[in-house]
Amino acid sequence: MTIKEIYKNMSYGPAPESASAANDFLEAHNKTFNLYINGQWKKPLSGKYFDSINPATKEKLANIAEANDADIDAAVAAAKKALPKWTAIGGHQRARYLYALARQIQKHSRLFAVLESMDNGKPIRETRDIDIPLVARHFYHHAGWAQLRDEALKDYKEIGVIGQIIPWNFPLLMMAWKIAPAIAMGNTVVLKPAEFTSLTALLFAEICDQIGLPKGVVNIVTGDGKTGAAIVEHKDIQKIAFTGSTEVGKIIRRATAGSGKKLSLELGGKSPFIVFDDADLDSVVEGVVDAIWFNQGQVCCAGSRLLVQESVAEKLYKKIRARMERLRVGNSLDKSIDIGAIVAPVQLKVIEELVKQGVDEGATLWQPSWACPKDGYFYPPSLFTDVSPSSTVAQVEIFGPVLVAMSFRTHKEAVKLANNTRYGLAASLWTENINLALDIAPQIKAGTVWINCTNVFDAASGFGGYRESGFGREGGKEGLFEYLKPKIEDTFSDKPITHNKGKITGKKAKADKKTDKLNGVLTGIDRTTKMYIGGKQARPDGGYSTVIEGADGTAIGEVSTGNRKDIRNAVEAAHANSSWNGKTGHSKAQVLYYLAENLVIRRDEFANRLVQMTLQSKVEALKEVDIAIDRIYTYAAHADKYDGNVHHTTHRNVTLAMPESVGVIGIICPDESPLLGFISTVIPAITMGNHVIVIPSETAPFSATDFYQILETSDVPGGTINIVTGPKEELASVLAKHDDVDAIWYFGSAKGSENIELLSADNMKRTWVNYGKYRDWRDKQQAEGTTFLQHATEIKNIWIPYGA
Amino acid sequence: MAKTKQKKGVSKPATLPRNEGMPFDATIFEGININRSAVERRAATMGKRRSVKKQWQAAWLLKAVSCIDLTTLAGDDTRSNVSRLCAKAQSPVRQDLLKAMDMADAGLTVGAVCVYHNLIRDAVDALTQSNIPIAAVSTGFPAGQIGLEEKLKQIELSVAAGAKEIDIVVSRALVLNSDWQGLYNEVAACRKACGDAHIKTILATGEIPTYTKVAKASWVSMMAGSDFIKTSTGKESVNATIPVSLVMIRAIREYHELTGYKVGFKPAGGIRKAKQALNWLILMKEELGDDWLNPDLFRFGASSLLGDIERQLEHHVTGRYSASYRHPMA
Repeated sequence: MTIKEIYKNMSYGPAPESASAANDFLEAHNKTFNLYINGQWKKPLSGKYFDSINPATKEKLANIAEANDADIDAAVAAAKKALPKWTAIGGHQRARYLYALARQIQKHSRLFAVLESMDNGKPIRETRDIDIPLVARHFYHHAGWAQLRDEALKDYKEIGVIGQIIPWNFPLLMMAWKIAPAIAMGNTVVLKPAEFTSLTALLFAEICDQIGLPKGVVNIVTGDGKTGAAIVEHKDIQKIAFTGSTEVGKIIRRATAGSGKKLSLELGGKSPFIVFDDADLDSVVEGVVDAIWFNQGQVCCAGSRLLVQESVAEKLYKKIRARMERLRVGNSLDKSIDIGAIVAPVQLKVIEELVKQGVDEGATLWQPSWACPKDGYFYPPSLFTDVSPSSTVAQVEIFGPVLVAMSFRTHKEAVKLANNTRYGLAASLWTENINLALDIAPQIKAGTVWINCTNVFDAASGFGGYRESGFGREGGKEGLFEYLKPKIEDTFSDKPITHNKGKITGKKAKADKKTDKLNGVLTGIDRTTKMYIGGKQARPDGGYSTVIEGADGTAIGEVSTGNRKDIRNAVEAAHANSSWNGKTGHSKAQVLYYLAENLVIRRDEFANRLVQMTLQSKVEALKEVDIAIDRIYTYAAHADKYDGNVHHTTHRNVTLAMPESVGVIGIICPDESPLLGFISTVIPAITMGNHVIVIPSETAPFSATDFYQILETSDVPGGTINIVTGPKEELASVLAKHDDVDAIWYFGSAKGSENIELLSADNMKRTWVNYGKYRDWRDKQQAEGTTFLQHATEIKNIWIPYGA
Repeated sequence: MAKTKQKKGVSKPATLPRNEGMPFDATIFEGININRSAVERRAATMGKRRSVKKQWQAAWLLKAVSCIDLTTLAGDDTRSNVSRLCAKAQSPVRQDLLKAMDMADAGLTVGAVCVYHNLIRDAVDALTQSNIPIAAVSTGFPAGQIGLEEKLKQIELSVAAGAKEIDIVVSRALVLNSDWQGLYNEVAACRKACGDAHIKTILATGEIPTYTKVAKASWVSMMAGSDFIKTSTGKESVNATIPVSLVMIRAIREYHELTGYKVGFKPAGGIRKAKQALNWLILMKEELGDDWLNPDLFRFGASSLLGDIERQLEHHVTGRYSASYRHPMA
């Protein structure tokens, strides 16, 4: 086109970013990449390589090694060997290495950006202006945490060898999110990039070499799902960090169940993008562009469900369509495009099929008038209207540039629609009314809520999901705990710890023997121990009771035999009343102090019960009651003090990291320490606003059932604490399989722990189990404190940009 | 959006229907809320999402030249420097460069010459061989702190002296006190006084505390019949910025959707570099469309911008970085 022609039509021309340096890098490796293990490039023992393709041109970029089990063994061995020294060099030395990595990434930022853009198909603007700067920022930020760990987190230590598996949508950024906190905290890593996008991780391996990172601290092994499985199953790996699909996340949860491997999973989403009628609609349109047409919509936290207040819906749709018409799709290295290529044909096919399904189900599809280029895997920006929550496209994660739009009438309905999903990764809400924004943000089930912005990230802020979007946080102080463990865990025992004088000889009686056994016991007025559900004493659904034997083997009473329906009722009761959750820290504290006060009054009675159920002396039993009172005080004290942070993130932005209650928690109490085991678990959970279903000690349930009388007299709203007695493992399984339970805490055997983790995978419950390692419930260090509160909360980051 | 069919020749008088305005109606704009952070985010990424290179860059820079209101607004302006400015306005780019770009016959001039009232006569004398309009700043420019009667008188005198465009300043007090009816009345009166001359209304956005007020002032100015809305006088401490321009041109877009009238936009003050000019052109194309990439609907208020563009054009032609002394001064 001549200048004169362009002068007339004012068109855009091609504006290609040069690929020459990236091509030089590929050539320098003869377009073949091996495994980076123990600081060396090693040929894969599998002998196999697979292709890496540029999805914007369909050209092959390189051969990538495929690691097999033996390769993973070698990588894990290298990481294990490197661990002691890496830990021993201390925070400051590690900080220096992380700082060097950050600097080196900045120095080669354009090479990383171009290579990433070629490998993934995303626009060079995004890799250059967003991905790579965030990568450098992540290493800088965590260099700081390395420096500060020994002082700021002195009760914690590194976990060990970490296996990390990352997705293809933000290859280098996800690598940074994984590696930076892991090595900063003193761990060593084996990381597998996604098979579509290995190249920038391999370039990063070179950088590790250049700065002289000790061998084996970072190992990069390439491969597909099989390689990932080998990492997940490796016995010498102490933690798996995974970002990817919910489907694979569940597989990993099941595969690692009971292994004691720590797990953080950052999974899929169908994040709501909520627009209220007072929002700045033109800015909303740009928000939508950033939400769903960023990275071709291949973003786990993409704002893919547009929820608009009915009064402005049509106006907004019109503006969005006009904006879509101006979006440009093309080669990822073109500096004048908005949308690049879909990562691979298989992903393109998924998008095409889901869009077709949306159309078939009656939703209205709108796409711009222009056509996508044909030389790569492209898909046009797409908008579905006339969508209802029951449409497939409104429920499933499309992972493409496809937006579905629905309208709402009221604020309440907006929240309901927003939460009408299995996912809970992020949300974006748009209003100029701060009252409305701060009212809605806490009601959305999502780890990140962006107010009047979207897809904004920073290393100082934690990112992660609720519900089936996974668990754990990446970034911020909250993210560090994913790569640390409390030092105190090393002191846990292999056997239950009691303070009994001897061994309990009695064994649990069978229900059918109860008549004989009870002969002579019920000398006074018959006392019925019921369950406690929804603030009321409840008879068991099955109509059975179980005899409980005392320490000396004689029957001391009967307890209701709970079944799955009692669990169902308890979960419903826990959801029915939200008044406890809505209380201020101060009023929760008052109720907790009142609980303690009432327990003091009945100190002697509770001690006698303990003597009856265990082999404790009265003196020891009184001690247990006194510690329980002390413990309630601790959490009453925390009720208005365990709070959040304001993170230093982007310019003019208040980023609130708020600990929120997890929701409904199932708590399976330890069998030992009947009273303290109950108090030490239930009280921290409710202190943070959770509602709980408690299964007390199976062998010694009466401390818990006696306690409901205290609950009744202490202003604890009904439904806050629900107690179901009966067969522990059976009831625990019902809880673990219940989809309306958000988390489960289990204190029991290794086998029971495994069962809980396995069954919880289906709805991605947060689990906290003891793997058959036992606390001394009397020991403040082991059985009390912020670890309990951490498990009782999830951190929600609320981003509030400001400026008049 | 309906596309206008008229082809706009370079520096031809506008054939676009003028904005006739509309009755004052506060309900149309009182619900406006502009989110500053979101606007700034869009503004910051605008120039990163589009890039024009090679012949596209040259053509776009030539287009920028055609949209410049070549300006001198100094106390020491005299006939001699205004004459020089006018000569430059008629021949803004060296002939050999235009020839190399095959643009010698395109009749390239700047969009207008912009001066104080006292210099209108001199500009008229200097521009006899061209139809470049003369724009005069008016109404107590730059502060606007004179009575309405005097403002109207100034306009009438400038129009009588030969100005085809009048750049008025609004009374900041009306904006600061949200006296929108008052602002409407003032601008409407000025529009009337302009007669056939086009009216460009300067909001002095650097002195308006919020983007929301900028948007409302834009609406009121358009309702009152402004042909252009303009960011700044060039004399405020903060002048044209991309974010404030974004707010104003979004108002232009909505006004067009409501009334069918296309109102022009003029950023002024602080635009000195070719790269900045490209960013503004990208902004106009992306947010308003190609119709706003012509001097009928888009102007830069600038004095030193042209010099930088000339150097970039020479670089395009020769591949060598240029020096300012190689280009005839204004």
